[in-house]
Amino acid sequence: MLPASRYSSKAHRCIRALTAVQGEHGAPQLYTTVRRACSSGTAPRITTHYTIHPRDKDPRWEGMEMERFADEADVVIVGGGPAGLSAAIRLKQLANEHQKELRVCLVEKAPQIGAHTLSGACLEPSALTELFPDWKERGAPLNTPVTEDVFNIFTKSHRIPVPILPGLPMQNHGNYLVRLGNFVRWLGEQAEELGVELYPGYAAAEVLFHEDGSVKGVATNDVGIAKDGSPKDVFERGMELHAKVTLFGEGCHGHLAKQLYKQFNLRENCEPQTYAIGLKELWMIDEKKWKPGRTEHSVGWPLNRHTYGGSFLYHLNEGEPLVSLGFVVGLDYTNPYLSPFKEFQRWKHHPFVAATLEGGQRIAYGARALNEGGFQSIPKLTFPGGLLIGCSPGFMNVPKIKGTHTAMKSGMLAAEAIFPKVTAEEPNSETTGLHVPEYAESLKNSWVWKELHSVRNIRPSFHNPLGLYGGMVYTGIFYWILRGKEPWTLKHRGMDAHQLKPAKECTPIEYPKPDGKISFDLLSSVALSGTNHEGDQPPHLTLKDDSVPVARNLAVYDGPEQRFCPAGVYEYVPVETGDGMRLQINAQNCVHCKTCDIKDPSQNINWVVPEGGGGPAYNGM
Amino acid sequence: MSGRVLVGVKRVIDYAVKIRVKPDNSGVVTDGVKHSMNPFCEIAVEEAVKLKEKKLIKEVVAVSCGPQQAQETIRTALAMGADRGIHVEVTGKDYDTLGPLQVSKILAALAKKEEAQLVILGKQAIDDDCNQTGQMTAALLDWPQGTFASEVALENDKVKVVREIDGGLETIKISTPAVLTADLRLNTPRYATLPNIMKAKKKKIANVKPADLGVELTSRMLGKYRGVTGKRKERATQQSRVEEWTILPNIHRTIL
Repeated sequence: MLPASRYSSKAHRCIRALTAVQGEHGAPQLYTTVRRACSSGTAPRITTHYTIHPRDKDPRWEGMEMERFADEADVVIVGGGPAGLSAAIRLKQLANEHQKELRVCLVEKAPQIGAHTLSGACLEPSALTELFPDWKERGAPLNTPVTEDVFNIFTKSHRIPVPILPGLPMQNHGNYLVRLGNFVRWLGEQAEELGVELYPGYAAAEVLFHEDGSVKGVATNDVGIAKDGSPKDVFERGMELHAKVTLFGEGCHGHLAKQLYKQFNLRENCEPQTYAIGLKELWMIDEKKWKPGRTEHSVGWPLNRHTYGGSFLYHLNEGEPLVSLGFVVGLDYTNPYLSPFKEFQRWKHHPFVAATLEGGQRIAYGARALNEGGFQSIPKLTFPGGLLIGCSPGFMNVPKIKGTHTAMKSGMLAAEAIFPKVTAEEPNSETTGLHVPEYAESLKNSWVWKELHSVRNIRPSFHNPLGLYGGMVYTGIFYWILRGKEPWTLKHRGMDAHQLKPAKECTPIEYPKPDGKISFDLLSSVALSGTNHEGDQPPHLTLKDDSVPVARNLAVYDGPEQRFCPAGVYEYVPVETGDGMRLQINAQNCVHCKTCDIKDPSQNINWVVPEGGGGPAYNGM
Repeated sequence: MSGRVLVGVKRVIDYAVKIRVKPDNSGVVTDGVKHSMNPFCEIAVEEAVKLKEKKLIKEVVAVSCGPQQAQETIRTALAMGADRGIHVEVTGKDYDTLGPLQVSKILAALAKKEEAQLVILGKQAIDDDCNQTGQMTAALLDWPQGTFASEVALENDKVKVVREIDGGLETIKISTPAVLTADLRLNTPRYATLPNIMKAKKKKIANVKPADLGVELTSRMLGKYRGVTGKRKERATQQSRVEEWTILPNIHRTIL
């Protein structure tokens, strides 16, 4: 019998998790400003993933069976979020209407639909009403109409209320507070009823191409690769799903989309995407403080006027005193000592917020990156064999902080554009993979485009000497009065990763210690996300060059990844022998937020998809 | 011998999820929470499929008791190599009070009906940690039992089982039909890959009610109370530094 330690089945992981294991190092060197000298020897091997170390040159893989089982569908959709599911549903609705057969397969890396979904969320029901006019009768979980809208500028201990005049983007009359994970789960049920083949727990790991360069489909992840990159006994290749056209709806900063941008040069005529990170918690609060339908937003403290960000706090009405609250920090921040997680935790101590949370209990935590680039950052949306939908290309209305309705609409428009092409008797395409530029055309003629165009200058207007206040003044004049009709389009500042200033030019931030009642430490928060991965697999946070973290990120920027990761994946720890530090990647903690891939100043981190089924286990987030 | 193996699989809350006790202390929040197949049941399915691949048995039948969602767990077993499934429908109050005694009665009835040569179960479920169903099933059937198996070898109509016990390892030889329960080191379960999940959609899952098997589900427990003692354990591991909150459900039962 081979020793159990060589394998890592779920049972083994489970037992290991229940048995205490002594750690090697003591307290993490997380917030030190003392920079140790780089270790003199060669960098320890961190990355073992086959995307960095190809298997065809690896002797351990000689003779392994690498054939993949393949299956054909009409349409394959990558990603089971609002965009992907809306596209799938719309396709099946059209197929039923026109009495045509259509095989639609959707793959999703989460173990169940909705488990990787995280959002505020305040939903504008426009797209939903277009998709399902009878959504209420079908039981869509939109249970909390917005009743009260509050907007404040926070100072350290006070607040300045800002009136939300009708016409301002933050006005929420007619919208619903939802638990987006539950909404996505409901969409999944509707999709299954219509005959969509949903495959949660399987991640699309690779894009497949025809010989003519058009997209052929995707392949799901291989399973059973050990942490050092070698094959285990349970190794099995992923499966190939071929389609006439493939829709990519991976959400903000998808890893396959990143490849497609390069492959098809989709970003040559648009600005780089800019992002923010959103951290969120769910709290059960004291019933006396519960005001269902109340929507609170704030800007200001604890962020300074040059760091974009703000908060939300929504009182849900689902039968129990539940509030959803969170904090968003623009990833174009310049101070490498900033920790979005700690800003979130200390924001909760503001008297206005703490009053709601006192006596309550935190029951969930999670984080995800979101798009802020808006109109200026929309790439080319179609290419031979595929197209991009949802937050992946990025249709979020930033001042409204809403992207679900536009994501759904983009999925629906995609379905409507490709339906005639995939059901045509004769394929009318130059390439084997269908090219559907009609999708981009119909999107440009839709309300999505008009909406994004009208708010295009609000986020970039933030970059002025008055920072936040300048941005608010600009919004007041040009959006509220002139409705975004000004003839110019402001530019973003460039890639978020290039905005960090070297650590020596910045001041470390003194964050208060968590009190365990309102604010909490990182690791107990991560535990609440339910995240886990098969431990014995190559870390999916791959580094193009293993020596760069210590040589550049730590040396110049004091290792910002140990601060911006909301799950404690990145740690700089002392090397075991000798002097110096090394980067330790705790891949199991990852909550799939994608912030590291976005904000790494060296752009050395490449997030790829881990074995499907891993990641957070959000429940109605 | 029929060459048929019955494997019981249980749908439990995934081990990595933080459980939350309901505000009225009547149980644990399960709505929308990530569930998966009990890890020891995975090992049981793997062992059965391995026996079939060695051509020592002919058919693997996966059984699960519970509401509609139990079918997902059966599908996973089918994707791992089981031939067909049996979903014993138990819902509502009956499901809340479903315990090893009721499940073992169901499994015993099914084992007789299907003329099973072997019944393989996981040694215990990770939600209740009872470690009773296998033993009770064997007793009800009056069959020999090989529990905590870390090695199983079929020899004609006898089974050699190496058991993990407190003192080390114990090897026993029992005759079939028999009940076996799988322990951790029995095997490493294979992944349920996508092509197999697709194939599994075509395999049959029969729907059965406990009454059809002549099993009465009334619980022998007078009442159940769950409290929470939160014990905080700080743990530093080499791979990940996750603080574990161990919530120990305190279950007081009164059994008639």
